[in-house]
Amino acid sequence: MKYLGLVLANLGRHKLRTILTILSVALALFLFASLRSVTTTLAATAQLGGARRLVTTNATGIVFVLPLAYGNRIKALPGVTGLSWANWFGGRYGDGKSFFANFAVDAESYLKMYPEFIIADDQRAAFLRDRTGALIGKRLLRQFGWKVGQNVTLQGTIFPGEWTFTVDAVYTPNDPSLGDDALVFHHEYFDERIGRAGIAGWYIVEIDDPAHAPQIAKSIDDMFRNSSAPTKTGTEKEFQASFATMWGNVSFLMSTIGLAVVFAILLVTANAMMMSARERTGEIAVLKTVGFSDRLLFALIMVEAGAMALTGAALGLGGAKLFYPAINFNGAGFLPGFKVATSTLVVGGLVALGLMLASGLVPALRAARLPVVQALRHVE
Amino acid sequence: MIPIVYNVRSVIRRPVSTALTALGVGLVVAVFIGMLALANGFGAALAKTGSAKNVIILRKGADSELSSGLGRDVASLIASDPHVAIGTDNRPLVSPEVYVLIPLAKSFDTTQIANVVVRGISDQAWQVRNNVAVTEGQKPTSGRAEICVGSRLTKRFPHTGIGQTLHFAGRDWTVTCHFTAAGSAFESEIWGENEQFMPVFRGEVFQSISFRLKDPAAFEETQRALQADKRMTVDVHRESEFYAQQSQLLGRILSFLAVMITGIMAVGAVFGAINTMYAAIAARAPEIGVLLTLGFKPWSVLVSFLAESAFIAVIGGLLGCLFALPLNGIVTSTTNWSSFSEIAFSFRVTPALLLLGVIFAVVMGIVGGFFPALRAARLQVVQALR
Repeated sequence: MKYLGLVLANLGRHKLRTILTILSVALALFLFASLRSVTTTLAATAQLGGARRLVTTNATGIVFVLPLAYGNRIKALPGVTGLSWANWFGGRYGDGKSFFANFAVDAESYLKMYPEFIIADDQRAAFLRDRTGALIGKRLLRQFGWKVGQNVTLQGTIFPGEWTFTVDAVYTPNDPSLGDDALVFHHEYFDERIGRAGIAGWYIVEIDDPAHAPQIAKSIDDMFRNSSAPTKTGTEKEFQASFATMWGNVSFLMSTIGLAVVFAILLVTANAMMMSARERTGEIAVLKTVGFSDRLLFALIMVEAGAMALTGAALGLGGAKLFYPAINFNGAGFLPGFKVATSTLVVGGLVALGLMLASGLVPALRAARLPVVQALRHVE
Repeated sequence: MIPIVYNVRSVIRRPVSTALTALGVGLVVAVFIGMLALANGFGAALAKTGSAKNVIILRKGADSELSSGLGRDVASLIASDPHVAIGTDNRPLVSPEVYVLIPLAKSFDTTQIANVVVRGISDQAWQVRNNVAVTEGQKPTSGRAEICVGSRLTKRFPHTGIGQTLHFAGRDWTVTCHFTAAGSAFESEIWGENEQFMPVFRGEVFQSISFRLKDPAAFEETQRALQADKRMTVDVHRESEFYAQQSQLLGRILSFLAVMITGIMAVGAVFGAINTMYAAIAARAPEIGVLLTLGFKPWSVLVSFLAESAFIAVIGGLLGCLFALPLNGIVTSTTNWSSFSEIAFSFRVTPALLLLGVIFAVVMGIVGGFFPALRAARLQVVQALR
């Protein structure tokens, strides 16, 4: 501890250089944390889904629908304890530039099956009563300045026309990964307006025991195998994961850039450390002469490098941790529940530690090995 | 003026420090070029998809082919429209098309499912879309369950070789040919006959109708005429504009990422450059004193050190170009969220992009070198020479 003053004095000698080095480490780790969080957030959305929920879709592809009549047949299967259905609507609001999910659901059964949506009791009742009502995520209130009780009109892209809904209720998801920017409305009203076409985009099947999932999924698919609309049933998690994989190798891209960022900054810090050590050659020789051991000098320079790296890391990682919640970031709807995970902070901290070792090692070794006589020869 | 050789020699005198700074700048430039090459490649793939001579018709209000639907009546109205060009066989150059997405497992990882576009075309489509060319095999025969596979799909998805059968929509489809389309998004599609696809997919409905304009200059007039026609409710787009617009959402995300990531990185690299230049100037204070004593003006010292900083940055910029160059042509794929379909495209590193990268590096160098160079120019001769 008694050398703390010496380390601080050395850091304070070129204040600007120290500050710039710390800031560049901070920026690098901020960027690193942001990029890694994209990957972890995508992975977290892929892990969503209740263990007791299966999703049945049309086997031909996501754009194809299923007959509404399948519902009763699925419900009758042993092990099925609940059933709901939904249909993608794809409406646009205003100029259509801000995208948000909107779909029709069989409200009563849907809300029963998704306790994840937290809704005030009176609002829930109002939404269930109102045939043309809509339930919206909290974010939409802010994004569009909507109020509860207000009428909003969406332009149908798949189902043409103007669709007006009354905002009856607002939900907050209990897990941010679920996203808080969807609008759902009554399937009953949807079906009526499209002329009783009797379609459901997907069924959500609640089962008695997660262990029965493969078997129940198979019996659902077997039941409709030879019909005009064969089905594909899987756990809700698989359904979610299929959307996450649609990003392709984005994760790979993000981690490659992350590596490049960290490496670039490593060069910058290493350079700064080397420059400051080189300037002090004479001084280090003097310290050695007055009895500082090689090991101590090595440690002092490493501590100096470490102090810069760790201060930078604390700023960068802490900044990322505070910044994204403050601006309520969700990647324009693509990254619901965007979050700088604890694992990112840990990995970032380790990166900073590695940075310290790598950038301090060369100058520290050079200082430790410095031959006193030779070094002092250059001192005026 | 202080000769530039002075700076070049000074830079060479401290190779490690120069190399580290240049490498740092180089990595920033490489990421900058790489990200823009990605956005560039994606935009180019979709921009090339449509032709300015073609028109695409969707149901009114539909924002993509996926959400559109048009009946046979509309198709025959369009086919008899006077604005449509006539082919060499005296038939109108019109292709009413079925457009759906099917899930296909990728070759390298079968748990990865991609939504691939399946497009049902009329046999006129090969003429309407004149950037499309069959590279191998024979076009599908009318009336048979045969398909032609885009060249970008063949490597990434199994069962797409000629003579193999691909199973979707409850049937087996024989692959009879492969096609290219000048690097456009069509290369990520599977084409077959529209009449074959109609019954197995969505029934008696087309998603879009594309046709060649008789007079390419008459687009506005055609648009007015068709949209005013009371017998149909359609939106009329110029094909090139329509597909370019489909790239906007993802293109914007990619460009935003490129600017944000490289912006933050650049600030870090500029800090590095500032450090290096300050250290260099501190170490060379006596030299600068000599220069000033010899009669060089302070502004000349300023310019000289700015040039030195820019020189290091240019080395970095060139390094960055070297790092980024191998990216050119690498094929990657992602989902185009505007159409929900998977599209493969390649990184496009263009000469303009490389130049932009070097300019970016020089800007970083000059910004990073300015304050240190200013300090050098303001040095007091007496103090510096001490």
